[in-house]
Amino acid sequence: MIRIEAVTKKFGETEILKTINLKILKGEIFTLIGPSGSGKTTLLRLIDLLDSPTTGKIVFDGTDTTENEKERLSVRRRMGMVFQKPAVLNTTVAENVAFGLKFRGVEESQVDKRVHSALDLVGLPDFSMRKAITLSGGEMQRVSIARAMVTEPDVLLLDEPTANLDPVSSEIIENLILRINKELHTTIILSTHDMIQGQRLADRIGVIMDGRIVQVGTTNDIFYQPAGKDIARFVGIDTILKGVVKTNDGGHAEIEIGSALFEAITSIRPGQRVALYIRPEEVTLMLPESGSKKTSARNQLSGTITRMVPLGPLIRVTVDCGTLLIALITRRSCNELGLAVGAVVTAGVKASAIHVITDTS
Amino acid sequence: MSEIVEGFSQAINLIVTLNPDLLQIAALSLYVSLCATLLAAVITIPLGGFIHFHEFRGKQALVTLIQTLYSVPTVIVGLLVYFIISRSGPLGFFGLLYSPEGMILGQAVLIIPIMLGLVITALSGISQNIRDTLVSLGATESQGILEIIREARFAILAGVILGFGRAISEVGVAMMIGGNIRGETRVLTTAIALGTGMGEFSLAIALGIILLAISMMVVILMKFISRRYQP
Repeated sequence: MIRIEAVTKKFGETEILKTINLKILKGEIFTLIGPSGSGKTTLLRLIDLLDSPTTGKIVFDGTDTTENEKERLSVRRRMGMVFQKPAVLNTTVAENVAFGLKFRGVEESQVDKRVHSALDLVGLPDFSMRKAITLSGGEMQRVSIARAMVTEPDVLLLDEPTANLDPVSSEIIENLILRINKELHTTIILSTHDMIQGQRLADRIGVIMDGRIVQVGTTNDIFYQPAGKDIARFVGIDTILKGVVKTNDGGHAEIEIGSALFEAITSIRPGQRVALYIRPEEVTLMLPESGSKKTSARNQLSGTITRMVPLGPLIRVTVDCGTLLIALITRRSCNELGLAVGAVVTAGVKASAIHVITDTS
Repeated sequence: MSEIVEGFSQAINLIVTLNPDLLQIAALSLYVSLCATLLAAVITIPLGGFIHFHEFRGKQALVTLIQTLYSVPTVIVGLLVYFIISRSGPLGFFGLLYSPEGMILGQAVLIIPIMLGLVITALSGISQNIRDTLVSLGATESQGILEIIREARFAILAGVILGFGRAISEVGVAMMIGGNIRGETRVLTTAIALGTGMGEFSLAIALGIILLAISMMVVILMKFISRRYQP
């Protein structure tokens, strides 16, 4: 659908995007994930043809968009964009939604009908006569989505659509994005710095860091097999351990980390230096007296709890087992086990839950 | 103080009795200044849009110059326009000197800088977000500019009201270009100046009150129109 070829973007001397190559497929939800300032917004603006790349080109459905302004306008009119900070014009909701139709010269008699169905789509059917500037942030964002969708675009771009919203509004917007994709088959490109959101929405994810696409893949690829340490940190893998492969028996390896020996699945040969990524939700905690019970988790490490940070219904527990392991457990199991800072526990990690990559650093 | 009180009662008297001289003077004032404001608006709104939406060398200097011209004395404008439209001037053949049309031209020249400056300021007040939104919604350049002018309408209207205020309240241009000819080019301000010169203070005050009353009606009307016709 969209092919981005060797695109760079400079503002003055600062290079915001450094050689981006990317393909967006028809009908998918593609999520750009990256920390603030990594170039997500710049890339989306280039895709929407609001700005032009410094070098490289963007091909939209076979059309090279470095062509003349007329060509760019007609391509731009096949897309809709929702900005991070929704901007509404000081008029009624209905007129705000109607702008795209008005600019395209759609007949007056059609406009009303399409505006209403767009407002129905976003769940604001009775808002047409309201003054747009009096809406809440979430409502404004939904009006922006209606405004972008009213022209039935092939591609919908959303720049951090829920960044400034409360959790309830965010959920409404997320469900709306999924519905638009499933029911209207609109190709969706959205940016977010929220990995969990990316996980919920995306068919494919592109991780952007410091102006480069560092990894593209499915949700599983990114979250369970991050291509580098920075990506691992960013996608929420708290525990990264460094060690050396000691033995490897048909893919089942033993890896020495400090004084401890970890078992993991990898094809990396013995003697190689490796990094182990362990997602905190893959780490289980047990009280030592129950340790006699057999478990399939190959790695059992005894340690002391040094830190507990509550995260809503979850608690992030740091366990010092010689190396630091981080576990994400429910508040309920924490209460049942009577965990507290200073308590001695056994941390369990399945060998299959450890992601091993060659350590190049 | 008694002149002021007397001025009020005289003003009411003049209005209630529909004094024909007064009606003629007030109507001419309104006609000249409204036409001047309209002429200035027709020029400054597109021109302000052009200046705001185009980057060119010396843009900042131009804006500074425009803003400096806010304080140009009315008599200087009067003198300048006098040279241009007097018999020997470049526009002399139109015979505009000592005519209401000449006064319209003079007042328009007087208020163009202030209206132009305020149009530019009003357009700068519309955020980049709005501009991006319009472009992403598929607006052509002219569609976008038109919507931004619409979006800035209240701020632009404030500039138009200020321009009208400066036009109807000025004496210099009306006196030098119009000549304060009774029944021809006499307007409220020149009549006030004349009345004051002849010692008819309460008449002068009465005319001043009437001028403000007319202004108020115009302002209310403009606000009403802007609310009514541009939701």
